[in-house]
Formats: sequence, C-alpha cells, structure tokens
Amino acid sequence: MSDLRDLYQEVILDHQRHPHNFGDMESPNRHADGFNPLCGDRISLNLKLDAQGKIEDIKFKGSGCAISKASASMMTDALKGKSTQEAETMFHLFHHLVTGQDDATIEGLGKLKVFAGVRDYPARVKCASLAWHTLDAALHEKKEPVSTDDGMGSGE
Amino acid sequence: MNTTNKNSPPRRQDAKKDDKEIILETRKPLDLLKARKEFPILSTFVHDKPLVYLDNAATTQKPLAVIETLDNYYRKQNANIHRGVHFLSEQATQIYEGVRIKVQKFINAADTKEIIFTKGTTEGINLVAQTWGRANLKTGDEVLITGMEHHSNIVPWQMVCEETGAKLKVIPITDEGDLDMKNISELLNPKTKMLALTQVSNALGTVNPVADLIRLAHEKGAKVLVDGAQAVSHMAVDVRALDSDFYTFSGHKLYGPTGIGLLYGKYSLLEAMPPYQGGGDMIASVTFEKTLYKKPPHKFEAGTPAIAEVIGLGAALDYVSHIGLLTIAAHEDALLAYGTKILKRVPGLTLIGTSAHKTGVLSFTLGEIHPHDLGTILDQEGVAIRAGHHCAQPVMDRYGISATARASLALYNTTQDLDQLVTGLNKALELFG
Repeated sequence: MSDLRDLYQEVILDHQRHPHNFGDMESPNRHADGFNPLCGDRISLNLKLDAQGKIEDIKFKGSGCAISKASASMMTDALKGKSTQEAETMFHLFHHLVTGQDDATIEGLGKLKVFAGVRDYPARVKCASLAWHTLDAALHEKKEPVSTDDGMGSGE
Repeated sequence: MNTTNKNSPPRRQDAKKDDKEIILETRKPLDLLKARKEFPILSTFVHDKPLVYLDNAATTQKPLAVIETLDNYYRKQNANIHRGVHFLSEQATQIYEGVRIKVQKFINAADTKEIIFTKGTTEGINLVAQTWGRANLKTGDEVLITGMEHHSNIVPWQMVCEETGAKLKVIPITDEGDLDMKNISELLNPKTKMLALTQVSNALGTVNPVADLIRLAHEKGAKVLVDGAQAVSHMAVDVRALDSDFYTFSGHKLYGPTGIGLLYGKYSLLEAMPPYQGGGDMIASVTFEKTLYKKPPHKFEAGTPAIAEVIGLGAALDYVSHIGLLTIAAHEDALLAYGTKILKRVPGLTLIGTSAHKTGVLSFTLGEIHPHDLGTILDQEGVAIRAGHHCAQPVMDRYGISATARASLALYNTTQDLDQLVTGLNKALELFG
C-alpha cells in the first residue's frame, strides 16, 4: 500500500489551493475543453502561440479534484515559453510517468515528477492526465471536447 | 419454498393506512452478526483495512445463498431452457420459471405473465420506451419525468421523444430534494401520456410519493412507469396496490447477480405492445413470409436468457424475504438516522438530499475537497463509497455542484461502518487542512 502523502504531496495540495494561471484569457489562438465523465471534472484551456509557435501564454479554468487542478496548474507553469514541439514531448514524458511502469522519463519533467505517485492509484490517472490531453487537443486544433472516456489510450 | 408475501409487510408510502397491520406484525430485529457472516466479502481486507462497504446503491454484495446457487447451477443444473426434452433442460426450465413465480409474489403482481426478465432496470425502461413509447407517442404528446431521475430514466425517453415528436417535461425538485409539486397540475395534464419516475432517488435517497402521483397520472389518462432500482431492497413493493402500469428493477442491487432485472407490466398493456427484440424463444412460428409471436412474457424474451442469473435472483429474493423487508428497513432507517447525526458533526460537511422521506443514501460534499479526493482517501481506510455525479447530472446541476460523495446502506452495514466513514473524512480534513 502506498502512503496517501505520495499522492497528495504538499506541492500538489498547494497548487490545488492556489492554482497558477487560472482564469480567462483575452483573444487566445488555441483552445480546447476537456471533460472526465467519470467524476464530472471539466477543464477549459486557452493558449496564445506567437508567430514562431512558442507558448506565449496559457491559462485554464474549470472544476475538478485536487489532482486534476494541481496537474493543470503545474502544467501551465511548465509550458510557458516552450515551443509546441517541446510541449508535445513533455506530454509524452508525463504520460509515461503516470501510466508507465518506471521512472524512465522522470528527469525530463522537473517539478512535474511529483505526479509519479498517481501511478499507484489507477482510478486517478485520468485526473492527472486530463489537462495534458486537453493541451494535446488544443495544439492539434481539435474541435471536439476531449473526454477521458474515449481515445485516451490504455491504462487510463 | 417461498411463501413470503402471505404476510407481506405494508409498503411504507401507505404506512398510515396500514398502521394497524404494522403494530400487529411482530417485527423481528435483525441478527446483524449472522447476516454479516452470510456475505463472505465483508470479511476481506482492502489496503490492509477491513472492508467497509458503503456503495450499496451502486451494487450490493452477495450472500452465500446466491453464490452457492450460481455455483450449484453450473456444477449440476446447467442446460438451455424451453427447448429440450432431456432431463436437465426440463429441470432448468422449471427452476427458471419458478423464479418468475417468486418475483410475481415479491411484488404482488396479478399474474406471472406480467413478469419479464431483462438485463436490468435500464433495459426495462428502454423496452417500454421503445415498444410502448414508439407505438403510443406522437407529436403533441408529453412524457413527464422528474428532476431526480437516473440517466437511465432520462435518455430512453429523450430518444423516443426525438423519434416520435413527443415532448419531455420535468417535475423540478426542492432544495431538500423532494419533488416540487407546486405546478403539478400544469405539468401533469391531458397531453401527458407517460409519467416515468423513480421510487427512490439514487443520488439523494428521497422516497417519492409514487402512489399519489400514479393516481394523479391515471386521472389524466397517462400511464406510469416506476423505476424501482433503489427501492426494492429497502421497502416492500406491491405493484397492484400502487396501481403502477410498469415497474422495473435490477437484481444486483437486491443482493442478486448482475445482468438480470425485471420488468413488470399490466398484462393488457404488454399484450398490445410490439416485441422489443426478435429472435429465438419469442416466436410461436416463423416462415419467411410471416412470424407469429408468443404471448407475454415470452414475446419480450428473445434469445437464451441469463438463466443462471435468473436462478440466482430467485435465491436473492428468498434470502431477502426470509429476513423480511420490514426488518431490513427498520435497521437501515436506524443507520440512516445515526449516519445523518454523525456526518452533520463533521466540520464543513453539507448533506445533499435532506428530505423527511429518505432511505439508504447519505450524499454529501465536504468543504472544498472534491468528492473524488474523498473517495481515494476513504479507500485507503478500507471504506468504499461512490464519488461522482451518480449518473444523475441534472441533480448535480440543480444543486450547483459537479459531484457528491455518497455512502449508501444495506442490511449488513453497522454503526461502526459509519464511524469508520467519519474517521476517514476527518483524515481528509487533516490532509487538506
């Protein structure tokens, strides 16, 4: 059995209490909505990409559990100033962190490594990855809202 | 075997009328220790803690009687029904049809022909919507549901309304979680062809005054379908006293197997309804030119049914009847009162659904802590609850929330189970500080 503190680390609890980059954005040029039908979590993600495709600004809104809120908050922190390609790479690293069997990708993730604990709580993996799947949809300009029920890969 | 309903306990919604009967009947107190021993899963551990199972509105655990009946069926009785002259087939048919009689008695239907086996409540509702609904609804008609329905009593009606041009109307709910009857005479009107409502809300625990509403609906010429999924394990149901046109429930919420449920319909209605699915077992004769259907209930039971599950359901009905629904209700009501009292003491806890007429469900939010987080923290304490929208998103919207945590009760729950729930909630408060 893993300790609850491995899941609910202090930094996660901090971000859920005081989420960063939370709120509206004026004239975003990328947008997607994500939804977890299992628990009703919703996230609305807005991005502003500059001419070179760099993430100039990123903001989220929505309601959700501590894990999904903290994940969205820390994701937005991590992505500011990154290129869309770097963002995609981080998405894959993060995906492996929460669904994989090992810490192979932990080094590339900086502060986001606190989400490694989620791996031991299969029912919560969707919470941690909702923001990232929504990001993926926004970058690929998908019109359909993201649902954690379809097409989010195995292990979720 | 089953002589249950000779002394069938009175339905709670008619308590006044039957006061005398209640007093006369000596209600045996529940032998809790003995009852718990009947459920092997209750002595298992989750995360090294004894399992505290409080997710009974999702599904109940199964007593030995049911587990052993299923085991015995596959070991010694397995055969297909209605189609063999060999011993096993005839025996299986007899046991299977015997359960129909048990169900008939359990809900006091007039005839076994009014009892249709389905996959569950959801299929029961879909069956009525797709057969009765398509045959009887047209543009200008109205289907009335309530604001506290499970998605399974919303979506099938939306689908058939879309197909037929009928309109879906909704009886709203009050802050306490009761049906708001203020505008009932407007909502229930001569255009209303069907009133479909739940007897007990899965998200709020409210027990609805179904007998009154059925009377009102019949006055306007509407038919009524009652979703009994959350009711049948908590109170005795008498479909004839209710005068319900259709009544449906699931076996797995009544200590029986999954994959089996029941649809009761008044025979005259069933007879006039077109079949639901075509296939074997539902036909009288087939040629490429014309097929003649069997009479109800077989008209609605195409294909090989869930034989083992039906027989398992029979064992569950025997088990519940043996303990007695009055005994079960008294135990659960006492637990509900106790749970309500101790939950109210938890700082920041808000109960969602505070009707004076409730059974078995404690739905709540705790400060800013998301129910999903509560679910995980409680799970680490061995406490199984449901966190989410309970397939009743309109109920969540009504209260401006996205989810609740829900503890739901069964006959084997104890006050210690509820104490353990509160211990877990206090841990959550500590963690989230």
